[in-house]
Amino acid sequence: MPTIEVAGKTIEVDEEGYLQNRTDWSEEIATAMAKEDDCDLTQNHWEVINFLREYYDEYQIAPAVRVLTKAIGKKLGPDKGNSKYLYELFPYGPAKQACKYAGLPKPTGCV
Amino acid sequence: MTDEMMEEGGAPGGVVKKFLYVNRKAPYGTIYALESLEVVLISAAFEQDVSLAFLDDGVYQIVKGQDTKSVGVKNFSPTYRALEGYDVEKLYVEKESLEARGLTEEDLIVPVQVISTEEIADLMESHDVILSF
Repeated sequence: MPTIEVAGKTIEVDEEGYLQNRTDWSEEIATAMAKEDDCDLTQNHWEVINFLREYYDEYQIAPAVRVLTKAIGKKLGPDKGNSKYLYELFPYGPAKQACKYAGLPKPTGCV
Repeated sequence: MTDEMMEEGGAPGGVVKKFLYVNRKAPYGTIYALESLEVVLISAAFEQDVSLAFLDDGVYQIVKGQDTKSVGVKNFSPTYRALEGYDVEKLYVEKESLEARGLTEEDLIVPVQVISTEEIADLMESHDVILSF
């Protein structure tokens, strides 16, 4: 099983880099995963990452990108609840990339 | 689902089919309930017209207060509450199945329409695609 090293700890991930155990998650892990992708996490990134973690706690799934976009719009306003904004933050795909940093599984139906 | 259907359904102005997912089995012990839910979430992403029906032991899938600790599997019942965000808002429960199990609408985790066996038959009649789990 693949692993990543963060702050001296070995953490199990799947073949695409998503955490095996959601409970392993920490902000340091998110930052380290982002660094791998040459992405510096800003307050705007964290807003989405934290939103996803809350969504997962409530519904036990990672939302599809359309659902995420709509829900972000509801919570953070229309200037953030649109694909342009979210793709600028997460160019590999907001659901896919942000879910990875948030320690969630890959969204259902995401190929 | 064929590629052709996905192409038709995915595009704006494409053909939208009416899908009815019929759930008849208890949530745990077999994979049917979870598989059905996943297919529903995926097909909703293709902007199809999706409805769900819960019959027989399937009504247990949406019962409140599920605790799966002792069976060692994930409690996925909270995910039914996410369906609204996927624009899946037509959930039907067979009245007879609820009554036979001593349940009422108040025991369910999501808002539903409780309808009779006869109305379930009409519902099936009015859909293009029926998938039974």
